[in-house]
Amino acid sequence: MLLQTVSRAVSLGVRSLLLHRLRSLLTTLGVLFGTSSVIAMLAIGEGASAEAYEQIRQLGSQNVILRSVKPPESVNSSGGGSGSQVVMYGLTRADHRRIEETYPALDALVPVRELSQEVRHRDRVASPRVLATAPNYLDVTGRFLLKGRFFDEKDEQAVANVCVLGSELERHLFPTQSALGREVRIGGNYFTVIGILAPRVRLSDDPAQAGEDTTDELLLPLTTGRKRFGDMTVRQRAGSREMEQVELHELILAVDDASSVPFVAGASRRLLEMYHPKNDYEVVVPLELLARAEETKRIFNIVLSSIAGISLLVGGIGIMNVMLATVTERTREIGIRRALGAKRRHIVLQFLVECVVLSVVGGAMGVGLGLLIPIAVEHWADMRTIVTPLAPILAFTISAGTGIVFGIYPAWRAATMDPVEALRHE
Amino acid sequence: MSDDPANGDPASSGTVSGATSSLEVITPPWTGRTSSGSGRPPVARLEGVSKVYGDGDSEVRALDDFSFEFGQGEYWAIMGSSGSGKSTLLNVLGCIDRPSRGDYFVRDTRTATLDDDDLSELRSRELGFIFQSYNLIPQLDVLENITVPLIYQDRPPKDGNDRARRLAERVGLGHRLTHRPKELSGGQQQRVAIARALINDPALILADEATGNLDSKTALEILDLFDELNAEGKTIILVTHEPDVGERAQHLLKLKDGRIESVE
Repeated sequence: MLLQTVSRAVSLGVRSLLLHRLRSLLTTLGVLFGTSSVIAMLAIGEGASAEAYEQIRQLGSQNVILRSVKPPESVNSSGGGSGSQVVMYGLTRADHRRIEETYPALDALVPVRELSQEVRHRDRVASPRVLATAPNYLDVTGRFLLKGRFFDEKDEQAVANVCVLGSELERHLFPTQSALGREVRIGGNYFTVIGILAPRVRLSDDPAQAGEDTTDELLLPLTTGRKRFGDMTVRQRAGSREMEQVELHELILAVDDASSVPFVAGASRRLLEMYHPKNDYEVVVPLELLARAEETKRIFNIVLSSIAGISLLVGGIGIMNVMLATVTERTREIGIRRALGAKRRHIVLQFLVECVVLSVVGGAMGVGLGLLIPIAVEHWADMRTIVTPLAPILAFTISAGTGIVFGIYPAWRAATMDPVEALRHE
Repeated sequence: MSDDPANGDPASSGTVSGATSSLEVITPPWTGRTSSGSGRPPVARLEGVSKVYGDGDSEVRALDDFSFEFGQGEYWAIMGSSGSGKSTLLNVLGCIDRPSRGDYFVRDTRTATLDDDDLSELRSRELGFIFQSYNLIPQLDVLENITVPLIYQDRPPKDGNDRARRLAERVGLGHRLTHRPKELSGGQQQRVAIARALINDPALILADEATGNLDSKTALEILDLFDELNAEGKTIILVTHEPDVGERAQHLLKLKDGRIESVE
């Protein structure tokens, strides 16, 4: 019975709306764009913040990372020089020792040095990130091995020529076989491959995103790196040779408890300030980045909901405007229906149903468009987007609600008309 | 005009009851159609009804202390110059306007005590309207237009569509059920309107200049249809300003300045 009433009301509403196709279509457009923009913005926002979170997570939320940074003055001096000048900057082994002495309670303290070397196997050449580091590197970075083993203290003490390849690099250098146990040449030295590093876990399955050479890496013991390649790095850049001497590129401090991260970060800053007047370092605190990302996301959410609210408000006003015009136009029909026995609630229902049909159709089309926009954005703008199931549901519910809210006044106006006056209306 | 053919007690109907002292206030359910005593009770009874527009010096009395009874099965024409109050009378009879003073009863139901919803329900059950400009609903087809009064009843009958089909047949439009009003001629539209006025088997059929927009041939057909309906026992009240049309009715009520001028 109720179902019959509702279906009759909807069918009547649709027919009344079809009497003015263009007008109805234009009205739905307001809701359509409102709904689709909500979904699209949510998807882009979610994608951007997921990307940010992931980058931060890869740094390790309980880590404090000290990095060498080439001070700006030295860039200028070497740029104008003959090209044979050696630039010295960055973190030193002394810093490493000092930090080790200052914070014996750290979970781990991992030094990383980046070498600028080509890696070869037979006639295949690759230029991966070559990192010389400590055996506990894996623990602080959350990486793990696909196969083989990582180098340990013994390898480090023995200054062994061993290395671990990223899976990408392995595929490149050893396309037809496993690299385990084989040798690669780095500079003038041969290194035995003892392990393969797994790719970083990414939320997105998109190969275009995952292909950022994230596993195009080679890891070897810090002691071996220093012994075989020294502290000097020579870069060929735009014809001029540039020589740098950097003892350590990174120091990763793993803190046992997230609450003491700010303390360790602050103390590290003060410590480095004392020994590095040239300001040739930076302190990266993922936890701080996380807080900043959260703040950004919060602001984004406020902006998003304002825009969504405004666009649906505009759509709703459009609906109200059109319905008021419709009510005036159909005054006579209202009078006839009232004379034939329609109660006020019947008239309210009739016009409310029309509003809801308009907004639901607009909302449904908006959901469709809103789901297409993130796909287009991923394809053309190369941005990551995430459509949570909640987004279309939320957008659709709001748009349907808009129809009801903005339909109430016109429907009420229609229902409270004086039947005699309404019948006289031309 | 002859006496009501279906009424054995002409004294009980059509009388000007200027001093009706009916103090009994009865508000039975809609189905309360029990006749009291000998003759049939009046279908519509007005007691001292006044309708006043404006106030103070600009006060206009469209109906002035108007009392009258319309009996079951009678066919009345109401005439009068414009401003005589005939439209107001029809609106009051149709329960779409309320009197400023006085009482109006449809069968035994006192309308003054009804709220808007009850009055609407009364219209959908007891009244049938026929308008000068047909007033069909453009987006509905013939069958749907005929059933409109039923869908607004609190408990619509299940056989509404069958009834509508029979009535469409009755007014000669059985083959046009799915047509929209604009696809029909004026006379056909008015036939649909008549079928719509009959769908709820009303106590009272109210026709407002029902032939005003029709050519004379079609108008005669419609009036013939009214005669047939009256012969079947329907109570019809027809407002018109055309003397020819007024002559066709069984009784003629002439109004002037909101009062009764003559009763024939």
